[in-house]
Amino acid sequence: MSAAIDSSPPLRMRLAARGLDTVTLLVLPAAFVLVALFLYPFLYGLWLSFHPKDGTLLGNYGRFFSDPFLYDTIWTTMRLAVPVTLLNLLLAVPVAFRVRLMRRQRLLTTILILPITLGTVLVAEGMLFYFGAQGWFSRTVMMLGLSSTPVKLTNSYIGVFLSLLITGFPFTFLLTLSYVTGIDSSLEQAAATLGAGPRSRFRHIFLPLLLPGLAITFCLSFVQAYSVFPSAVLVGEPARITRVISIAAYQAAFEEYDYSLASAIAMIMGFTQLAVVVVVLASRQLLYRGPAGGGKG
Amino acid sequence: MTMHAAEFRELRLEGMRRTFGNLNALKGIDLKIARGEFIALLGPSGCGKSTALNCLAGLLPLTGGSIWLDDRRIDTLRPEQRGFGMVFQNYALFPHMSVRRNVAFGLMMKGVPKAEAARRVDEALTTVRLQSQADKLPGQLSGGQQQRVAIARAIVIEPPLVLMDEPLSNLDAKLRLEMRAEIRRIHEGLGSTTIYVTHDQEEALSLADRIVVMREGEIRQVGTPQELYAQPAHLDVSDFMGYRNRLPGRVIGREGNLVTLDMGHGGRLTGTARETLGSNAVIAVRPDDMTTTAENASGVPATVRAIEYRGREFHGIATTAGGIDLFFHTEAPVEIGTQVRLAAEPQRALVFAGEAA
Repeated sequence: MSAAIDSSPPLRMRLAARGLDTVTLLVLPAAFVLVALFLYPFLYGLWLSFHPKDGTLLGNYGRFFSDPFLYDTIWTTMRLAVPVTLLNLLLAVPVAFRVRLMRRQRLLTTILILPITLGTVLVAEGMLFYFGAQGWFSRTVMMLGLSSTPVKLTNSYIGVFLSLLITGFPFTFLLTLSYVTGIDSSLEQAAATLGAGPRSRFRHIFLPLLLPGLAITFCLSFVQAYSVFPSAVLVGEPARITRVISIAAYQAAFEEYDYSLASAIAMIMGFTQLAVVVVVLASRQLLYRGPAGGGKG
Repeated sequence: MTMHAAEFRELRLEGMRRTFGNLNALKGIDLKIARGEFIALLGPSGCGKSTALNCLAGLLPLTGGSIWLDDRRIDTLRPEQRGFGMVFQNYALFPHMSVRRNVAFGLMMKGVPKAEAARRVDEALTTVRLQSQADKLPGQLSGGQQQRVAIARAIVIEPPLVLMDEPLSNLDAKLRLEMRAEIRRIHEGLGSTTIYVTHDQEEALSLADRIVVMREGEIRQVGTPQELYAQPAHLDVSDFMGYRNRLPGRVIGREGNLVTLDMGHGGRLTGTARETLGSNAVIAVRPDDMTTTAENASGVPATVRAIEYRGREFHGIATTAGGIDLFFHTEAPVEIGTQVRLAAEPQRALVFAGEAA
C-alpha cells in the first residue's frame, strides 16, 4: 500500500510540473486589477444593459436597432475607422521599409512617438487652427491661387479622418517597423541571388511573412480608431456626419441620464469591433505564422 | 537573361576593393578562377573572405576594382542579374514555402515553364537526397536537411558560379563530415565552379582544388592543398595549416636552405627557410612533427604540463623556460613535470622572417 503512495511524487511537485508553484501567486495582484477594473465593470455594464427603463429584457437593444439615429452610428464609425486604419497600414509599410535601412532610427522613432504622447485632444486643437477657415493651410491654398474661397477641413469627415491618421500613424508605424525589421535580411539577399527583383522580393518574400503581423497591427490600430471620441467632437461634425457610436453612448449617459441604454450602446460598440477583429484574426489563421528567420541562426 | 555554365572560361577579380567607413575590408584582390574549379577562401574571421563572397554575389557594391566573366564586366550588375547560386551561412530558406517551392523559386523567377521546372526541382532534390521531404516546411527539417535544401536551391538554377558562405559551420561534427563529401560529390557531378568560404583549414584542404588564404583583406597565398600544407609561404599561412608551435630566435647558422636558430635557454632548432631572413626568425612546427629527443645537442628544453593518451600515441603540452607552450606527440609516455627536449626534422620545421621575442 505504501508503495503506491511512494511511487507518485508529492502534490507540490506534480503541481510544479504543470507550472503551478509559489511564483504563480505573483499573478494574483494583476488578476485582481483585471477583475476589479475590467471584468467587473464589463459584467456590470452587461447586466445593466438588460435592465432598461421600460423593464423589458431587450428593450435597449430593440430601441438601438430600430432607431436609425442610433444604429447609423455603427456605420459612421466603421466608415471612419476602417479606411483610416487601412490607409495608415498602407503608409506605414513603405516608410518602414525605408526606415529599416536607416542608421538614425532612434531619432525618427522618438519624433514619431510625440503625437502619441500628446494625445488626440492636443492634436485636434492644433488642427482647428491649422486646417480651420483662417488657418495656414487654407491661406496657403488661397495664396497659391488653388482656391478663391477659404478651404476648411475641420468640422467634417476629413477633419476627423486626418486627426485619426495623425494620431494613429506613429502607433501603426512602430508596430509595422518591428515586424519589418524582424524579417531576416538574408532572405531578401537569397531571393535576389535567385533572380528576384525588388518587386518579386516584396511579393513573394516580404509580404507573406509580413501579413500575419500586419493583421495584428490592423486589429490594434482599428480598435484605437473605433473608439474615437475627442476628435469626432472637436474637429468633426458630431451632430451628423461624424456622430460616432461613442458619442451616442455619451449622449445616452450624460444627456438623457439613461445609463442602461448607454451600457447597451457600449456593449454593441464592443461587439461590433470584436466582429471585425475576429474576422481579421480568423483570416490570419490561413497564413503562414512561423518565425521569419532563414534557418538555424 | 540566363548564363549557361558552358559560356564562361574564366572568372577574374581585378583589384577588388571594399571599405566600410575607415575599415579596409578588401585591399585589392586579384584572382583568376578557371571554370570547374573548387576554390576555398580560407582565413580567420574578419579577414574579408565573406566580404569578398558578398561582393561576388552582388550583395555588396565594390569600392574599387572590377569583376570579369571572360570579357564581360559583372560587378556593375545587380545580384538578380548575375545569376550566381549562393548558399548562405544561416541557409536563408524561405520559411513560409515548402521545400519544393524553395527550390523552385529561382526557376520561377527565371520564368522556366512549369513542367520543366518541376522536373529540374525533382532532379535537384534527388541530388541532395531529399525527395521524401519535398512538401515539408524548412522549420520541420533538421539542420543538415535544411543545409541540403539550401544547396539544392542554389544549384537548380544551373548557375555558372556557386558561392558558399561557411555552409557547414552550423552543423555538428559528424554531419559536417558527411556534408563535406556531399558538397564535393555535387560539385563534381554538376561540373560547376564553386567558391567556398571557410575558416576551417581541414574543410579547405579536403574540398578545394585551390585554396586562397586571406588575412586582413589581402590574399596571402594561393595554391593547391598540398602546396599550402607542405610549403606555406608566410608565418600566418603556416598558422592556418596547423603549424601550432612557433618559436622566435636568433639565426646562428646557415647551410644552404637549412637555418639554425638559437631560442635562448639552451634551445636550438634547425629548419628550412621559407623566406629571406634577417638576423631574427621564427620557426614553426606541427604538433605531429614535434617529438621528444634523447640528443643533447639540439632541441628545446621544456617542462611537460599535460599529457593525454590518444590511442596510437600520446599528445602533450610542454612549456619552455621562455614561457612558450609547445604541442608535441610522442610514442612513449612521459610524466607530468619532467624535463624533456623537443625537436623536429629540419625538413618538417619551417623558418620564417620575424622579430625576436
